[in-house]
Amino acid sequence: MFSNAFTAEALTEAWEIIRTQFPLALWETFYVTILATAFAIIIGLPLGVLLVVGDKGGIKPMPKPLMAVINFIINVLRSVPFLILMILVFPLTRLIIGTTVGTVASIVPLVIAAFPFVARLVESCLREVNPNLIEMAQSTGATPFQIICKVLIPESVPSLINNFTVAITTILGYSAMSGIIGGGGLGKIAINYGYYRYKYLVMFLAVILLIILVQVFQTLGTKFAIKTDKRLKNQTAKKN
Amino acid sequence: MIEIKNLSKIFNTADGELQALKDVSLSIPDGDIFGIIGMSGAGKSTLVRCMNMLERPTSGTVEVDGVNLGALSQKELREQRHDITMIFQAFNLLMQRNCLKNIMFPLELSGMPRAQAKQKAMELLEIVGLPDKAKAYPAQLSGGQQQRIAIARALTTNPKVLLCDEATSALDPNTTNSILELIRDINKRLGITVVVITHQMSVVESICKHVAILDGGEVVEQGSVEEVFAHPKSQAAKNLVFPEGEEGTFVVGNQDEHFIRVVYNGAYAAGKPMIARLALEKGIEANISYASTKGISGKAFGTILLSISGDENAVKETIDYLTQEPGIEAEEVEVNVQ
Ligand SMILES: Nc1ncnc2c1ncn2[C@@H]1O[C@H](COP(=O)(O)OP(=O)(O)O)[C@@H](O)[C@H]1O
Ligand SMILES: [Mg+2]
Repeated sequence: MFSNAFTAEALTEAWEIIRTQFPLALWETFYVTILATAFAIIIGLPLGVLLVVGDKGGIKPMPKPLMAVINFIINVLRSVPFLILMILVFPLTRLIIGTTVGTVASIVPLVIAAFPFVARLVESCLREVNPNLIEMAQSTGATPFQIICKVLIPESVPSLINNFTVAITTILGYSAMSGIIGGGGLGKIAINYGYYRYKYLVMFLAVILLIILVQVFQTLGTKFAIKTDKRLKNQTAKKN
Repeated sequence: MIEIKNLSKIFNTADGELQALKDVSLSIPDGDIFGIIGMSGAGKSTLVRCMNMLERPTSGTVEVDGVNLGALSQKELREQRHDITMIFQAFNLLMQRNCLKNIMFPLELSGMPRAQAKQKAMELLEIVGLPDKAKAYPAQLSGGQQQRIAIARALTTNPKVLLCDEATSALDPNTTNSILELIRDINKRLGITVVVITHQMSVVESICKHVAILDGGEVVEQGSVEEVFAHPKSQAAKNLVFPEGEEGTFVVGNQDEHFIRVVYNGAYAAGKPMIARLALEKGIEANISYASTKGISGKAFGTILLSISGDENAVKETIDYLTQEPGIEAEEVEVNVQ
């Protein structure tokens, strides 16, 4: 089926599409991913904190029914397939953005899909924090809010960065999928040219660019996480 | 002054109720170094955690300088915790903060201006002997150094009481001694009351003035360290102060012999050949099965385990003969001979 992909005609045509459309598509994919991740963290981080501190053994236990409802909503949102979720949130998207199609509009479903995921990632990071440190903070007279801001979050920064990197690459994948129902970026190009018009070369190139983007995000994220982690012994102490 | 009255703590666990503390009453005078010793699971950590209300007692009260901690609001309790600070077996330093910032942590919580907090932290680094580690991270320090940083952190708020829960249990003997030395020094220089939780008699012997022995959640014996060491009454105390209580000691002798434990205060008993006189004057030949000397509360104490093969009379005669000397205590003991 890909036999006509590499003819001279196909190559010139593909080059023309790449030249005119790829720069914008790459930029769209990039900013949609970054913005959606940022909003997902803004909602998901406090929610993840709440899941940990509000638990029955947590530092500020919340009413059981409240926690049960929050857990239920997160689980539901996480189990709806992204494509269907996008359609389900059309009314919300229209309310916020004014339209359901276009690059900006795709940010809404991406955030709705990603924030429960981010909340769970944050929850697992914070649960890893050594409980002895929380006991130390309590014995020092820290308030629950101080424990969150000065112990739980700072102590898990390296693992938070690692997990946010996972989130960003996942959201990048979703953003490509959103091309099917009106989202912009590399996903839209891959689907429009590859699926509807059989221009496989263009599709391949779009996919390769997506792969490169994932690689870049992952590499930077891992590097940054290692750089921030002060538990690693080989770090040289800064001179006084 | 810490006054613990009729303290009990019951945990509700999956297998039913577990009474970790039973009717514990203690009073700890100001400026004291007070040891609480017991085996693993005796309830030491639970007791010390009740002393700052990290654990709420099921019944009973804890008063510090007349303030009933159990009656305080959360906010008042947090204030009070600046006066009652704690160090831990695992040091519990924040791994993502450098040493200086770890020491500044309690001051940050109470909102002290940064410059002032930093200066205070630098002074404390000096006191604990690590002025050049301000910018180092905990992972770059040895266990002993980490505990020094933890001690500095515990002193930032000028506490009245320092609680030490197995603070030296993760350290080797030399480091243990240097940390105990530091704690003693702090107690002397700053007049802070220190509560030392440990399972090691050697720790109590080397720094404590008073000791309480905890066994199965109950205080089975308490008093000055000298007193408890010289006249252990409870079985738990005897196990702790006498050979079997120490790791790696062996007692030689026969099972059919009588054993007499002699404790002598070096200041009185030095220069008196009591064992030789016992043989000459009473005709009783005593074998030395075990002997050691220790410094307790700054005094030299010796322990000898004598074995004699005579009858009950010989035992009584020996004990009477030895105890007529001031500074010598003796009693018959049951010994498991290896
Ligand atoms: N939070 C808890 N829930 C249930 N049981 C506990 C809890 N904390 C301690 N215990 C139990 O109480 C007893 C005393 O524990 P602990 O005070 O830690 O002893 P120690 O410090 O002397 O080793 C143990 O049997 C322990 O299992
Ligand atoms: Mg303990």
